[in-house]
Amino acid sequence: MSETDKPVLVEIKDIWIEGRSDEEWLPIINGASLTLRKGEVLGLIGESGAGKSTLGLAAMGYTRDGVRIKSGSVTFDGVDLIAASAATKRDLLGKRIAYVAQSAAASFNPAHKLIDQHVEAPVQHHVTSKSEATDDGIELYRRLRLPNPDEIGFRYPHQVSGGQLQRAMTAMAMSCRPDLIIFDEPTTALDVTTQIEVLAAIRDIVEQFDTAAIYITHDLAVVAQMADRIKVLLKGDEVEEADTRVMLESPKDDYTKSLWAVRSFERPAKPAPAVDATPVVSVQNITAAYGKLPVLHDVSFDIHAGRTVAVVGESGSGKSTTARVITGLLPQLEGVVEFKGEALPADYHKRDRMQLRQAQMIYQMADTALNPRKPIGEIIGRPVEFYMGLRGRKKRERVRELLNEIELEPDQFIDRLPSELSGGQKQRVGIARALAAEPEFIICDEVTSALDQLVAEGILRLLARLQDERGLSYMFITHDLATVNAIADEVVVMKDGRVVEQGPKADMFRPPHHPYTDLLLSSVPEMDPDWLTDLLAERGVENIGDAAVDKM
Amino acid sequence: MSAWIGLLIALVVIATAGWVFRFAGQTVTGNKPYFRDMSYGVAFGFALGVALLAWLVWSYYRSWAIPAGQPNPYFFLRIAIHGFILFAIAAFLFRLIGRYVGTGTSRKLFRSMPLTASFGILIVLVYALLAIFAPMLAPYGQEQVFAQANVVPGGDPTLGGNPDFPLGTDQIGRDILSRLIYGARNTVGIAFVTTIIAFLLGGTLGFLAATLGGWVDQVVGRTVDALMAIPALIFALLLITVASAWVQGSGLTVAMIFIMAVIDSTRVFRLARAVGVNIVVMDYIEAAKLRGEGLGYLIFREILPNATAPLLAEFGLRFCFVFLTISSLSFLGVGIQPPLADWGTMVRDMAPFINYAQFAPQIAAAPLLAAGAIALLTVAVNFVVDWMLHKSSGLKE
Repeated sequence: MSETDKPVLVEIKDIWIEGRSDEEWLPIINGASLTLRKGEVLGLIGESGAGKSTLGLAAMGYTRDGVRIKSGSVTFDGVDLIAASAATKRDLLGKRIAYVAQSAAASFNPAHKLIDQHVEAPVQHHVTSKSEATDDGIELYRRLRLPNPDEIGFRYPHQVSGGQLQRAMTAMAMSCRPDLIIFDEPTTALDVTTQIEVLAAIRDIVEQFDTAAIYITHDLAVVAQMADRIKVLLKGDEVEEADTRVMLESPKDDYTKSLWAVRSFERPAKPAPAVDATPVVSVQNITAAYGKLPVLHDVSFDIHAGRTVAVVGESGSGKSTTARVITGLLPQLEGVVEFKGEALPADYHKRDRMQLRQAQMIYQMADTALNPRKPIGEIIGRPVEFYMGLRGRKKRERVRELLNEIELEPDQFIDRLPSELSGGQKQRVGIARALAAEPEFIICDEVTSALDQLVAEGILRLLARLQDERGLSYMFITHDLATVNAIADEVVVMKDGRVVEQGPKADMFRPPHHPYTDLLLSSVPEMDPDWLTDLLAERGVENIGDAAVDKM
Repeated sequence: MSAWIGLLIALVVIATAGWVFRFAGQTVTGNKPYFRDMSYGVAFGFALGVALLAWLVWSYYRSWAIPAGQPNPYFFLRIAIHGFILFAIAAFLFRLIGRYVGTGTSRKLFRSMPLTASFGILIVLVYALLAIFAPMLAPYGQEQVFAQANVVPGGDPTLGGNPDFPLGTDQIGRDILSRLIYGARNTVGIAFVTTIIAFLLGGTLGFLAATLGGWVDQVVGRTVDALMAIPALIFALLLITVASAWVQGSGLTVAMIFIMAVIDSTRVFRLARAVGVNIVVMDYIEAAKLRGEGLGYLIFREILPNATAPLLAEFGLRFCFVFLTISSLSFLGVGIQPPLADWGTMVRDMAPFINYAQFAPQIAAAPLLAAGAIALLTVAVNFVVDWMLHKSSGLKE
């Protein structure tokens, strides 16, 4: 894509940014440079902590609290944003530069209607009058293909779904027709089927208005669809920058190559279990409800020894609720959960210690799964003491063994607090806590979805190794089909509390599918930059995402 | 009328000065970002601050111009200025010492500490020392009566003082300094015990309600609502009056401690429950429940460590409230019983002297000494609590 003839809009030259931690300034960005021309989309990718968001915000001449720009320059359309006065910046931000945050739900004020928040910027900047801005907002909602564009703006944020909210946020950023929009992980918190709609909408509207954009994400497949050029960051350093196609076909740097290679992890298929084998866990005709609200309808599936069953579906499909029923947190109304052919009591209070020990759980958010006030040794040591009755030196030895097993150096980690660990390390501690009970069955609830791809791959490999060594059975709850492909033996697809399809992995990835499975599979972004264009051409804008789900 | 016009003129002058200040700043520094981006409100604030400071300096100067024998309207202002400067220096020195003495952690704590917090800690420490070593520090006993009653504070014989009693004596001739020091022990000690009981009671019930939920939560919660519906001071008065039918003297003080603790535990319950329900939904609590842990482990080992920051902050505030309530009860005559020295009682006993403020400020200072002791501790504790809240919230300036 040769856009070199267009005028330069943003230029960041050799910028150094520091963040304050305790009593010293730590570097966040080390001498990054960036040039963005009018109408161009630049993708910024990297792991968490790479400085993507900081660099994105710096393009607006803004830094978060406790962060400062040490040196370098940021020029927006001839204006030096670092030296500019507060009044000059006020005039630019919101009007010519806009920002779309990761969590639209947290960025909208819950006390005001969407349209009232939409018109704020144009009215404040004297771009248009309030009534014109309202009409324009409705027009933007229409272009972003929000359902009922004429009335959706008059709802409050909580009355609108996550994907719709993210599009409304994009519409709000567009309200003054800015020259530059910064998208900070706009689809990370969304389901795949919803994500595709938002991606299509964003790409479309950016093209229509010839807006320049910086698209920040950690998902390579997403950035491949959106960006003209990609810049890779690693711990505040620039790794490489190239046009999207060049970058995807021939990455130069080793780090970039490793990012590209992540999705290649796949376990060899295991032989099918014997027909008469007793499953480790058997879920039979489970119906469950939260109060009067029914959430699970007649759910059945088996998990055999040493195998992984992936349960997939979008949020609200009942994946995690099934896990709650199996663990006994939510007693079922009908049906049985059997453990090795023996029915388990529905309420966990009624299960004995041995029954509780056999089914362990690993959580999605390692931050909330580990008590922040307890050192790692104590977190892992408690189940060892509780179930195995080991104390003192023996307990500590066992904890050290477990730490070795999850590939963390015991001397270094045993006395640390969870806050002193990275996301991937916390997740490993969560695994060790589950292992400490020496269970036969582990429920993994979205264990990799909050992690960067490289780290997530490490966790998947660890789980696979532990399964091979100990013959563990996993119930793997996820919405990421790449993860399913990597680790699952069998797949259960859930929608609205029902199992719509189940079977061995190989069968699931081969047509014919249930239409919902088909939609899920086709919504997973691929590394091909033409994927979204081709898909839209093939299925049409009306047959993707939530719109397609509604038609089912 | 002319006062209003004077005030208006002063405001206009300050407003102009603010504008001139910002303009001058911009011109002199060559439009440095600080002055360039300064809003007019900030500039006005600077001018107003300077004006107030000027007025203080002028008043302070006037206070010395009045000869010793005449009534001095700036007397209390002068003491306040002296006190402010003295405390600021003391707090600064205390923080400086803390930065070089002690363990690595405590030194780091002192390095990031604001002056207000070090002032608060210093005052709390001084009060604690006074309370613990009262018999050694006080020149006389708290019940000791001397022949000279109503000695004026200040120890200046020309103004009716006596160097033997630097803060004077009360109406029946007891040394005020000694009673203030013993008062620290009685008032603060009793408030401390009361607060601890209130926290044990309210905290335990609050966490229990948060963890168990259901009818336990409802029963305890509604009982607390009912108790909170009655104004605290009036309820305490009522209950103490009822209790006085059975117990007398120091027994009544014990009864008062328990009554106050129960009334205050309702507030602690609310907080503990609110903090508790946020922690109970965490995955690590679910993990502990699924492990089969008992209620005691859940509450004391999983929930409590995560609730210490808000509870500790509440402890500081609650302590102040209890302490003020005890002083008010003593002032009303049902609190700490004589002959035990107590600040609230001291204020009540010497309250009539406040009428002398206009022509003999030294005499009026007598009831204000105990009131000042109460105020100082309240301010100090709140400074410490603010700082702890700020630290636990993880805010950076």
